[in-house]
Amino acid sequence: MSEIAAPRGFTLRQYLICLSGVVWREGLRFLHQRERFVSALVRPLVWLFIFAAGFRQVLGVSIIPPYETYVLYEVYIAPGLMAMIQLFNGMQSSLSMVYDREMGSMRTLLVSPFPRWFLLGSKLLAGVAVSILQVYAFLVIAYFWEIEPPTKWGYLTLLPALALSGLMLGALGMLLSSLIKQLENFAGVMNFVIFPMFFASSALYPLWRVKESSPWLYYVCEVNPFTHAVELIRFAFHEKVEWTSLAIVFGYTSAFLVAAILAYDPGRGMLMRRGG
Amino acid sequence: MTDALAIRNVSHAYGARKALDDVSFSVPAGSFTVLLGLNGAGKSTLFSLITRLYAARHGEIDIFGHNVMREPGAALRQLGVVFQARTLDLELSVMQNLLYHAALHGIGPIDARRLGQAALARAGLADRAKDKARALSGGQMRRVEIARALLHDPRLLLLDEPTVGLDIKARADLLALVRGLVRDQHLGVLWTTHLVDEIADDDQVIILHQGKVLAKGRAAEIVAAQGAATIGDAFARIAGIGQEKLSA
Repeated sequence: MSEIAAPRGFTLRQYLICLSGVVWREGLRFLHQRERFVSALVRPLVWLFIFAAGFRQVLGVSIIPPYETYVLYEVYIAPGLMAMIQLFNGMQSSLSMVYDREMGSMRTLLVSPFPRWFLLGSKLLAGVAVSILQVYAFLVIAYFWEIEPPTKWGYLTLLPALALSGLMLGALGMLLSSLIKQLENFAGVMNFVIFPMFFASSALYPLWRVKESSPWLYYVCEVNPFTHAVELIRFAFHEKVEWTSLAIVFGYTSAFLVAAILAYDPGRGMLMRRGG
Repeated sequence: MTDALAIRNVSHAYGARKALDDVSFSVPAGSFTVLLGLNGAGKSTLFSLITRLYAARHGEIDIFGHNVMREPGAALRQLGVVFQARTLDLELSVMQNLLYHAALHGIGPIDARRLGQAALARAGLADRAKDKARALSGGQMRRVEIARALLHDPRLLLLDEPTVGLDIKARADLLALVRGLVRDQHLGVLWTTHLVDEIADDDQVIILHQGKVLAKGRAAEIVAAQGAATIGDAFARIAGIGQEKLSA
Protein backbone atom coordinates (compact mmCIF):
# COMPACT_ATOMS: atom_id res chain seq x y z
CA MET A 1 0.00 0.00 0.00
CA SER A 2 1.33 3.44 -0.82
CA GLU A 3 2.02 5.87 1.98
CA ILE A 4 -0.56 8.27 0.65
CA ALA A 5 -3.35 5.75 0.91
CA ALA A 6 -2.46 4.61 4.43
CA PRO A 7 -5.70 4.78 6.37
CA ARG A 8 -4.55 6.44 9.56
CA GLY A 9 -1.49 7.21 11.62
CA PHE A 10 1.84 8.25 10.23
CA THR A 11 5.19 6.51 10.08
CA LEU A 12 8.28 8.04 11.67
CA ARG A 13 9.55 8.74 8.16
CA GLN A 14 6.43 10.75 7.41
CA TYR A 15 6.89 12.79 10.59
CA LEU A 16 10.42 13.56 9.45
CA ILE A 17 9.16 14.52 5.98
CA CYS A 18 6.70 16.94 7.57
CA LEU A 19 9.31 18.44 9.88
CA SER A 20 11.87 18.88 7.11
CA GLY A 21 9.21 20.38 4.84
CA VAL A 22 8.36 23.04 7.42
CA VAL A 23 12.05 23.82 8.06
CA TRP A 24 12.76 23.91 4.32
CA ARG A 25 9.95 26.39 3.70
CA GLU A 26 11.11 28.63 6.55
CA GLY A 27 14.64 28.53 5.14
CA LEU A 28 13.41 29.44 1.65
CA ARG A 29 11.35 32.31 3.02
CA PHE A 30 14.35 33.56 4.93
CA LEU A 31 16.54 33.45 1.82
CA HIS A 32 13.93 35.37 -0.11
CA GLN A 33 13.71 38.07 2.53
CA ARG A 34 17.21 39.49 2.26
CA GLU A 35 16.29 42.65 4.15
CA ARG A 36 15.32 40.50 7.11
CA PHE A 37 18.72 38.81 7.07
CA VAL A 38 20.59 42.09 6.70
CA SER A 39 18.64 43.81 9.48
CA ALA A 40 19.08 40.78 11.74
CA LEU A 41 22.82 41.19 11.22
CA VAL A 42 23.08 44.97 11.30
CA ARG A 43 21.17 45.38 14.58
CA PRO A 44 23.69 43.58 16.82
CA LEU A 45 26.62 44.96 14.86
CA VAL A 46 25.44 48.52 15.52
CA TRP A 47 25.36 47.70 19.22
CA LEU A 48 28.77 46.12 19.03
CA PHE A 49 30.55 48.78 17.03
CA ILE A 50 28.86 51.94 18.22
CA PHE A 51 27.28 51.35 21.60
CA ALA A 52 30.00 49.11 22.98
CA ALA A 53 32.79 51.32 21.68
CA GLY A 54 31.17 54.37 23.24
CA PHE A 55 30.49 52.74 26.60
CA ARG A 56 33.76 50.91 26.89
CA GLN A 57 35.23 53.70 29.00
CA VAL A 58 32.12 54.28 31.08
CA LEU A 59 31.29 50.74 32.08
CA GLY A 60 34.16 48.81 33.56
CA VAL A 61 33.63 45.10 33.89
CA SER A 62 35.39 43.31 36.70
CA ILE A 63 36.50 39.72 36.48
CA ILE A 64 33.39 37.58 36.77
CA PRO A 65 32.80 34.02 35.65
CA PRO A 66 33.14 32.65 33.04
CA TYR A 67 35.89 35.19 32.27
CA GLU A 68 39.27 34.55 33.80
CA THR A 69 40.69 37.96 33.09
CA TYR A 70 39.52 41.47 32.42
CA VAL A 71 37.57 41.58 29.19
CA LEU A 72 36.68 44.38 26.85
CA TYR A 73 33.11 45.58 26.99
CA GLU A 74 32.59 44.33 23.43
CA VAL A 75 33.44 40.83 24.60
CA TYR A 76 31.07 41.16 27.54
CA ILE A 77 28.04 42.19 25.49
CA ALA A 78 28.57 39.74 22.60
CA PRO A 79 26.53 36.91 24.24
CA GLY A 80 23.74 39.39 24.96
CA LEU A 81 23.74 40.37 21.31
CA MET A 82 23.58 36.72 20.23
CA ALA A 83 20.54 36.32 22.48
CA MET A 84 19.13 39.55 21.08
CA ILE A 85 19.31 38.09 17.58
CA GLN A 86 17.29 35.14 18.84
CA LEU A 87 14.85 37.36 20.71
CA PHE A 88 14.14 39.39 17.59
CA ASN A 89 13.91 36.25 15.51
CA GLY A 90 11.47 34.67 17.96
CA MET A 91 9.29 37.76 17.90
CA GLN A 92 9.59 38.03 14.13
CA SER A 93 8.44 34.41 13.79
CA SER A 94 5.45 35.21 15.93
CA LEU A 95 4.81 38.31 13.85
CA SER A 96 4.85 36.10 10.77
CA MET A 97 2.43 33.72 12.49
CA VAL A 98 0.01 36.55 13.15
CA TYR A 99 0.47 37.65 9.55
CA ASP A 100 0.05 34.07 8.33
CA ARG A 101 -3.10 33.74 10.34
CA GLU A 102 -4.54 36.93 8.92
CA MET A 103 -3.50 35.91 5.42
CA GLY A 104 -4.72 32.38 5.86
CA SER A 105 -1.51 30.41 5.37
CA MET A 106 -1.47 29.48 9.05
CA ARG A 107 -4.67 27.60 8.25
CA THR A 108 -2.83 25.63 5.60
CA LEU A 109 -0.48 24.47 8.32
CA LEU A 110 -3.15 23.75 10.91
CA VAL A 111 -5.38 21.78 8.53
CA SER A 112 -2.62 19.21 8.10
CA PRO A 113 -3.58 15.83 9.57
CA PHE A 114 -0.44 15.68 11.73
CA PRO A 115 -1.02 16.38 15.44
CA ARG A 116 -1.16 20.07 16.15
CA TRP A 117 1.60 19.99 18.78
CA PHE A 118 3.88 18.46 16.15
CA LEU A 119 3.04 21.11 13.55
CA LEU A 120 3.64 23.95 16.00
CA GLY A 121 6.83 22.27 17.23
CA SER A 122 8.07 21.94 13.64
CA LYS A 123 7.35 25.60 13.00
CA LEU A 124 9.23 26.46 16.17
CA LEU A 125 12.26 24.35 15.25
CA ALA A 126 12.33 25.96 11.81
CA GLY A 127 12.51 29.40 13.42
CA VAL A 128 15.25 28.23 15.78
CA ALA A 129 17.31 26.88 12.88
CA VAL A 130 17.10 30.26 11.14
CA SER A 131 18.07 32.12 14.33
CA ILE A 132 21.13 29.90 14.80
CA LEU A 133 22.26 30.68 11.26
CA GLN A 134 21.92 34.37 12.02
CA VAL A 135 23.99 34.08 15.20
CA TYR A 136 26.82 32.29 13.41
CA ALA A 137 26.78 34.89 10.62
CA PHE A 138 27.13 37.54 13.36
CA LEU A 139 30.03 35.60 14.91
CA VAL A 140 31.87 35.48 11.59
CA ILE A 141 31.94 39.28 11.49
CA ALA A 142 32.56 39.62 15.25
CA TYR A 143 35.61 37.36 14.87
CA PHE A 144 37.41 40.19 13.11
CA TRP A 145 36.86 42.32 16.24
CA GLU A 146 38.51 39.65 18.35
CA ILE A 147 35.28 38.32 19.76
CA GLU A 148 35.95 34.63 19.83
CA PRO A 149 35.80 31.71 22.24
CA PRO A 150 38.92 30.58 24.13
CA THR A 151 39.37 27.73 21.64
CA LYS A 152 37.53 26.89 18.42
CA TRP A 153 35.49 24.32 20.38
CA GLY A 154 33.54 27.21 21.82
CA TYR A 155 31.71 27.53 18.51
CA LEU A 156 30.49 23.97 18.96
CA THR A 157 29.64 24.13 22.66
CA LEU A 158 27.62 27.24 21.85
CA LEU A 159 25.28 25.30 19.58
CA PRO A 160 23.14 23.44 22.16
CA ALA A 161 22.83 26.64 24.23
CA LEU A 162 21.60 28.51 21.15
CA ALA A 163 19.17 25.71 20.36
CA LEU A 164 17.65 25.84 23.84
CA SER A 165 17.53 29.63 24.16
CA GLY A 166 16.11 29.84 20.61
CA LEU A 167 13.42 27.35 21.57
CA MET A 168 12.53 29.34 24.67
CA LEU A 169 12.28 32.66 22.85
CA GLY A 170 10.49 31.07 19.89
CA ALA A 171 7.95 29.42 22.18
CA LEU A 172 7.39 32.75 23.91
CA GLY A 173 6.82 34.35 20.50
CA MET A 174 4.39 31.59 19.56
CA LEU A 175 2.46 32.08 22.76
CA LEU A 176 2.28 35.82 22.11
CA SER A 177 1.13 35.21 18.53
CA SER A 178 -1.86 33.28 19.83
CA LEU A 179 -2.75 36.13 22.17
CA ILE A 180 -2.45 38.94 19.66
CA LYS A 181 -5.67 39.54 17.83
CA GLN A 182 -4.41 41.61 14.97
CA LEU A 183 -1.21 42.65 13.33
CA GLU A 184 -1.62 46.26 14.47
CA ASN A 185 -1.28 45.21 18.10
CA PHE A 186 2.17 43.89 17.47
CA ALA A 187 4.06 47.18 17.83
CA GLY A 188 2.91 47.27 21.44
CA VAL A 189 4.32 43.82 22.03
CA MET A 190 7.67 44.96 20.71
CA ASN A 191 7.67 47.80 23.25
CA PHE A 192 6.34 45.75 26.12
CA VAL A 193 8.28 42.55 25.50
CA ILE A 194 11.49 43.06 23.55
CA PHE A 195 12.80 46.23 25.17
CA PRO A 196 12.05 45.38 28.80
CA MET A 197 13.41 41.85 28.36
CA PHE A 198 16.60 43.10 26.79
CA PHE A 199 17.32 46.00 29.14
CA ALA A 200 16.29 44.26 32.37
CA SER A 201 18.82 41.50 31.85
CA SER A 202 22.52 40.79 32.08
CA ALA A 203 22.95 41.49 28.36
CA LEU A 204 24.45 44.97 28.72
CA TYR A 205 25.76 45.02 32.28
CA PRO A 206 26.56 42.41 34.93
CA LEU A 207 23.86 41.91 37.51
CA TRP A 208 26.07 42.81 40.49
CA ARG A 209 26.19 46.33 39.07
CA VAL A 210 22.41 46.40 38.80
CA LYS A 211 22.13 45.19 42.38
CA GLU A 212 24.31 48.06 43.61
CA SER A 213 22.05 50.63 42.06
CA SER A 214 18.63 49.00 42.50
CA PRO A 215 17.95 45.77 44.38
CA TRP A 216 14.39 45.82 43.09
CA LEU A 217 15.55 45.88 39.45
CA TYR A 218 18.05 43.16 40.29
CA TYR A 219 15.23 40.78 41.23
CA VAL A 220 13.37 41.64 38.06
CA CYS A 221 16.51 40.79 36.08
CA GLU A 222 16.89 37.55 38.02
CA VAL A 223 13.44 36.27 37.06
CA ASN A 224 13.73 37.53 33.50
CA PRO A 225 14.14 34.44 31.28
CA PHE A 226 16.25 36.47 28.88
CA THR A 227 18.94 36.96 31.57
CA HIS A 228 19.34 33.22 31.81
CA ALA A 229 19.40 32.75 28.05
CA VAL A 230 22.23 35.29 27.92
CA GLU A 231 24.17 33.61 30.72
CA LEU A 232 23.67 30.16 29.21
CA ILE A 233 25.08 31.45 25.93
CA ARG A 234 27.89 33.37 27.66
CA PHE A 235 29.13 30.28 29.50
CA ALA A 236 28.64 27.94 26.54
CA PHE A 237 30.69 30.26 24.33
CA HIS A 238 33.41 29.89 26.94
CA GLU A 239 33.03 26.12 26.88
CA LYS A 240 31.35 25.98 30.28
CA VAL A 241 27.90 25.22 31.60
CA GLU A 242 25.93 27.54 33.87
CA TRP A 243 23.71 24.94 35.47
CA THR A 244 21.27 27.30 37.16
CA SER A 245 20.59 29.17 33.94
CA LEU A 246 20.30 25.90 32.07
CA ALA A 247 17.64 24.66 34.49
CA ILE A 248 15.76 27.95 34.43
CA VAL A 249 15.82 28.23 30.62
CA PHE A 250 14.66 24.65 30.39
CA GLY A 251 11.79 25.37 32.79
CA TYR A 252 10.68 28.50 30.97
CA THR A 253 10.91 26.70 27.61
CA SER A 254 8.63 23.91 28.83
CA ALA A 255 6.14 26.36 30.32
CA PHE A 256 5.97 28.56 27.19
CA LEU A 257 5.67 25.51 24.94
CA VAL A 258 2.81 23.98 26.88
CA ALA A 259 1.01 27.33 27.06
CA ALA A 260 1.46 27.95 23.31
CA ILE A 261 0.19 24.49 22.38
CA LEU A 262 -2.82 24.94 24.66
CA ALA A 263 -3.49 28.35 23.18
CA TYR A 264 -3.56 26.82 19.70
CA ASP A 265 -5.68 23.88 20.83
CA PRO A 266 -8.99 24.08 18.99
CA GLY A 267 -11.05 23.12 22.03
CA ARG A 268 -9.83 25.66 24.56
CA GLY A 269 -7.54 27.99 22.65
CA MET A 270 -7.63 31.70 22.30
CA LEU A 271 -8.42 31.34 18.58
CA MET A 272 -11.87 30.32 19.67
CA ARG A 273 -12.74 33.78 20.93
CA ARG A 274 -12.16 35.32 17.59
CA GLY A 275 -14.68 35.62 14.82
CA GLY A 276 -13.86 33.80 11.65
CA MET B 1 -23.31 4.77 2.26
CA THR B 2 -21.20 7.05 4.45
CA ASP B 3 -21.53 10.74 3.77
CA ALA B 4 -18.44 12.65 2.75
CA LEU B 5 -19.37 15.29 5.30
CA ALA B 6 -22.01 15.05 8.01
CA ILE B 7 -22.86 18.03 10.20
CA ARG B 8 -25.26 17.37 13.07
CA ASN B 9 -26.82 20.01 15.31
CA VAL B 10 -23.84 22.32 15.23
CA SER B 11 -24.15 25.60 17.13
CA HIS B 12 -21.43 28.13 17.73
CA ALA B 13 -21.25 31.56 19.31
CA TYR B 14 -18.65 34.30 19.69
CA GLY B 15 -19.50 35.63 23.11
CA ALA B 16 -23.18 36.54 23.01
CA ARG B 17 -23.32 36.61 19.21
CA LYS B 18 -24.65 33.36 17.81
CA ALA B 19 -22.91 32.55 14.54
CA LEU B 20 -24.44 29.10 13.91
CA ASP B 21 -27.70 27.81 15.32
CA ASP B 22 -28.41 24.08 15.24
CA VAL B 23 -27.00 23.51 11.76
CA SER B 24 -27.40 20.04 10.26
CA PHE B 25 -26.76 18.86 6.72
CA SER B 26 -24.64 16.38 4.80
CA VAL B 27 -22.57 16.27 1.63
CA PRO B 28 -22.96 12.89 -0.13
CA ALA B 29 -19.79 11.36 -1.56
CA GLY B 30 -19.35 12.30 -5.22
CA SER B 31 -21.80 15.20 -5.08
CA PHE B 32 -21.52 18.91 -5.79
CA THR B 33 -23.17 20.62 -2.84
CA VAL B 34 -23.56 24.38 -2.62
CA LEU B 35 -23.72 26.24 0.67
CA LEU B 36 -25.55 29.40 -0.26
CA GLY B 37 -25.61 32.38 2.04
CA LEU B 38 -24.94 36.08 2.21
CA ASN B 39 -21.79 37.47 3.79
CA GLY B 40 -22.09 37.00 7.54
CA ALA B 41 -24.42 34.00 7.23
CA GLY B 42 -21.95 31.83 9.16
CA LYS B 43 -20.23 30.10 6.23
CA SER B 44 -16.71 30.98 7.31
CA THR B 45 -17.41 29.96 10.90
CA LEU B 46 -18.64 26.62 9.63
CA PHE B 47 -15.45 26.26 7.60
CA SER B 48 -13.33 26.97 10.65
CA LEU B 49 -15.17 24.28 12.58
CA ILE B 50 -14.92 21.68 9.80
CA THR B 51 -11.19 22.35 9.37
CA ARG B 52 -10.74 22.23 13.16
CA LEU B 53 -9.36 25.72 13.52
CA TYR B 54 -11.53 25.74 16.59
CA ALA B 55 -14.02 23.39 18.15
CA ALA B 56 -17.78 23.54 17.85
CA ARG B 57 -19.46 24.41 21.13
CA HIS B 58 -22.30 22.01 20.33
CA GLY B 59 -22.85 19.31 17.74
CA GLU B 60 -20.81 16.83 15.74
CA ILE B 61 -18.89 17.03 12.48
CA ASP B 62 -17.80 13.85 10.69
CA ILE B 63 -15.73 13.46 7.53
CA PHE B 64 -16.30 10.01 6.03
CA GLY B 65 -17.40 8.81 9.44
CA HIS B 66 -14.38 10.22 11.29
CA ASN B 67 -15.24 12.81 13.89
CA VAL B 68 -13.06 15.91 13.44
CA MET B 69 -12.49 16.37 17.18
CA ARG B 70 -12.03 12.76 18.25
CA GLU B 71 -10.12 11.50 15.19
CA PRO B 72 -8.71 14.67 13.63
CA GLY B 73 -5.88 12.92 11.78
CA ALA B 74 -8.11 10.41 10.02
CA ALA B 75 -10.72 13.09 9.27
CA LEU B 76 -8.33 15.73 7.93
CA ARG B 77 -6.59 13.21 5.69
CA GLN B 78 -9.76 12.87 3.66
CA LEU B 79 -10.11 16.60 3.34
CA GLY B 80 -8.79 19.13 0.82
CA VAL B 81 -9.48 22.81 1.47
CA VAL B 82 -9.40 25.99 -0.58
CA PHE B 83 -9.75 28.92 1.81
CA GLN B 84 -11.34 32.19 0.91
CA ALA B 85 -8.11 34.10 1.56
CA ARG B 86 -5.27 33.35 -0.83
CA THR B 87 -2.91 31.01 0.94
CA LEU B 88 -0.15 30.43 -1.61
CA ASP B 89 3.27 31.62 -0.56
CA LEU B 90 3.90 34.28 -3.19
CA GLU B 91 7.68 34.22 -2.77
CA LEU B 92 7.90 30.51 -3.60
CA SER B 93 7.44 28.82 -6.95
CA VAL B 94 4.25 26.96 -7.78
CA MET B 95 6.01 23.60 -7.34
CA GLN B 96 7.61 24.67 -4.05
CA ASN B 97 4.16 25.52 -2.74
CA LEU B 98 2.96 22.06 -3.72
CA LEU B 99 5.99 20.33 -2.18
CA TYR B 100 5.38 22.16 1.11
CA HIS B 101 1.77 21.06 1.17
CA ALA B 102 2.79 17.49 0.35
CA ALA B 103 5.26 17.51 3.26
CA LEU B 104 2.41 18.58 5.55
CA HIS B 105 0.73 15.33 4.55
CA GLY B 106 3.83 13.20 4.97
CA ILE B 107 4.51 12.84 1.24
CA GLY B 108 8.22 12.97 0.37
CA PRO B 109 9.64 15.21 -2.37
CA ILE B 110 9.98 12.53 -5.06
CA ASP B 111 6.35 11.39 -4.85
CA ALA B 112 5.26 14.99 -4.34
CA ARG B 113 6.90 16.17 -7.56
CA ARG B 114 5.17 13.43 -9.54
CA LEU B 115 1.80 14.10 -7.90
CA GLY B 116 2.32 17.84 -8.25
CA GLN B 117 2.96 17.62 -11.98
CA ALA B 118 -0.15 15.50 -12.44
CA ALA B 119 -2.28 17.87 -10.35
CA LEU B 120 -1.01 20.90 -12.27
CA ALA B 121 -1.71 19.15 -15.58
CA ARG B 122 -5.29 18.52 -14.44
CA ALA B 123 -5.60 22.21 -13.57
CA GLY B 124 -4.20 23.21 -16.98
CA LEU B 125 -1.06 24.73 -15.48
CA ALA B 126 1.58 22.10 -16.27
CA ASP B 127 3.93 24.71 -17.75
CA ARG B 128 3.81 27.04 -14.74
CA ALA B 129 5.46 24.75 -12.15
CA LYS B 130 8.66 26.81 -11.96
CA ASP B 131 7.02 30.22 -11.98
CA LYS B 132 6.73 32.20 -8.79
CA ALA B 133 3.21 32.15 -7.39
CA ARG B 134 3.30 35.95 -7.52
CA ALA B 135 3.44 35.79 -11.33
CA LEU B 136 0.06 34.03 -11.63
CA SER B 137 -3.30 35.67 -12.26
CA GLY B 138 -6.07 35.43 -9.66
CA GLY B 139 -7.79 32.60 -11.52
CA GLN B 140 -4.54 30.68 -11.96
CA MET B 141 -3.76 31.01 -8.25
CA ARG B 142 -7.12 29.54 -7.43
CA ARG B 143 -6.49 26.63 -9.76
CA VAL B 144 -3.10 26.03 -8.15
CA GLU B 145 -4.82 26.07 -4.75
CA ILE B 146 -7.23 23.43 -5.99
CA ALA B 147 -4.37 21.37 -7.40
CA ARG B 148 -2.64 21.70 -4.04
CA ALA B 149 -5.76 20.75 -2.08
CA LEU B 150 -6.08 17.57 -4.16
CA LEU B 151 -2.42 16.57 -3.99
CA HIS B 152 -2.87 14.10 -1.13
CA ASP B 153 -5.85 12.51 -2.86
CA PRO B 154 -8.67 13.55 -0.51
CA ARG B 155 -12.27 12.45 -1.12
CA LEU B 156 -13.87 15.66 0.10
CA LEU B 157 -13.01 19.13 -1.16
CA LEU B 158 -14.16 22.30 0.59
CA LEU B 159 -14.05 25.62 -1.23
CA ASP B 160 -14.88 28.82 0.64
CA GLU B 161 -16.13 31.44 -1.83
CA PRO B 162 -13.47 30.45 -4.35
CA THR B 163 -14.68 32.74 -7.12
CA VAL B 164 -14.49 35.99 -5.15
CA GLY B 165 -12.48 38.55 -7.08
CA LEU B 166 -12.32 36.55 -10.32
CA ASP B 167 -13.53 37.72 -13.71
CA ILE B 168 -16.39 35.98 -15.53
CA LYS B 169 -14.21 33.67 -17.58
CA ALA B 170 -12.01 32.65 -14.66
CA ARG B 171 -15.12 31.95 -12.60
CA ALA B 172 -16.58 29.75 -15.33
CA ASP B 173 -13.27 27.91 -15.81
CA LEU B 174 -12.95 27.25 -12.10
CA LEU B 175 -16.48 25.99 -11.79
CA ALA B 176 -16.00 23.71 -14.81
CA LEU B 177 -12.77 22.35 -13.33
CA VAL B 178 -14.41 21.44 -10.00
CA ARG B 179 -17.55 20.02 -11.60
CA GLY B 180 -15.27 17.87 -13.77
CA LEU B 181 -13.56 16.53 -10.63
CA VAL B 182 -16.91 15.56 -9.14
CA ARG B 183 -17.94 13.79 -12.33
CA ASP B 184 -14.65 12.06 -13.16
CA GLN B 185 -13.16 11.36 -9.74
CA HIS B 186 -16.28 10.99 -7.64
CA LEU B 187 -15.08 13.77 -5.37
CA GLY B 188 -17.48 15.18 -2.77
CA VAL B 189 -17.47 18.98 -2.98
CA LEU B 190 -18.85 21.63 -0.64
CA TRP B 191 -18.80 24.92 -2.49
CA THR B 192 -19.79 28.02 -0.55
CA THR B 193 -20.97 31.09 -2.38
CA HIS B 194 -23.34 34.00 -2.31
CA LEU B 195 -23.60 34.01 -6.11
CA VAL B 196 -26.71 32.19 -7.29
CA ASP B 197 -25.59 31.95 -10.92
CA GLU B 198 -23.02 29.33 -9.87
CA ILE B 199 -25.78 26.85 -9.01
CA ALA B 200 -27.07 24.20 -11.44
CA ASP B 201 -30.52 22.57 -11.18
CA ASP B 202 -29.14 19.21 -10.06
CA ASP B 203 -26.84 20.57 -7.35
CA GLN B 204 -27.58 19.91 -3.72
CA VAL B 205 -28.16 23.30 -2.11
CA ILE B 206 -28.12 24.31 1.54
CA ILE B 207 -29.40 27.79 2.28
CA LEU B 208 -27.74 29.29 5.34
CA HIS B 209 -29.04 32.58 6.63
CA GLN B 210 -28.10 34.29 9.89
CA GLY B 211 -26.60 31.06 11.20
CA LYS B 212 -29.60 28.87 10.44
CA VAL B 213 -30.29 26.34 7.68
CA LEU B 214 -33.52 27.58 6.07
CA ALA B 215 -33.73 25.06 3.24
CA LYS B 216 -31.87 22.09 1.78
CA GLY B 217 -32.35 19.80 -1.18
CA ARG B 218 -31.87 19.77 -4.95
CA ALA B 219 -31.87 23.28 -6.40
CA ALA B 220 -34.76 22.46 -8.72
CA GLU B 221 -36.82 21.12 -5.80
CA ILE B 222 -36.22 24.24 -3.69
CA VAL B 223 -37.27 26.43 -6.63
CA ALA B 224 -40.41 24.35 -7.18
CA ALA B 225 -41.33 24.29 -3.49
CA GLN B 226 -41.19 28.08 -3.36
CA GLY B 227 -43.08 28.47 -6.63
CA ALA B 228 -40.19 30.64 -7.75
CA ALA B 229 -38.70 31.11 -11.19
CA THR B 230 -35.03 30.77 -10.25
CA ILE B 231 -32.93 29.68 -7.29
CA GLY B 232 -32.08 33.33 -6.69
CA ASP B 233 -35.77 34.15 -6.48
CA ALA B 234 -36.34 31.19 -4.15
CA PHE B 235 -33.46 32.24 -1.92
CA ALA B 236 -34.76 35.81 -1.73
CA ARG B 237 -38.18 34.56 -0.66
CA ILE B 238 -36.82 32.10 1.89
CA ALA B 239 -34.41 34.59 3.44
CA GLY B 240 -36.83 37.47 3.13
CA ILE B 241 -34.42 39.72 1.29
CA GLY B 242 -34.30 41.63 -1.98
CA GLN B 243 -32.95 40.02 -5.15
CA GLU B 244 -30.33 42.75 -5.60
CA LYS B 245 -28.21 41.28 -2.76
CA LEU B 246 -27.62 38.14 -4.77
CA SER B 247 -25.81 39.62 -7.73
CA ALA B 248 -22.04 39.80 -7.88
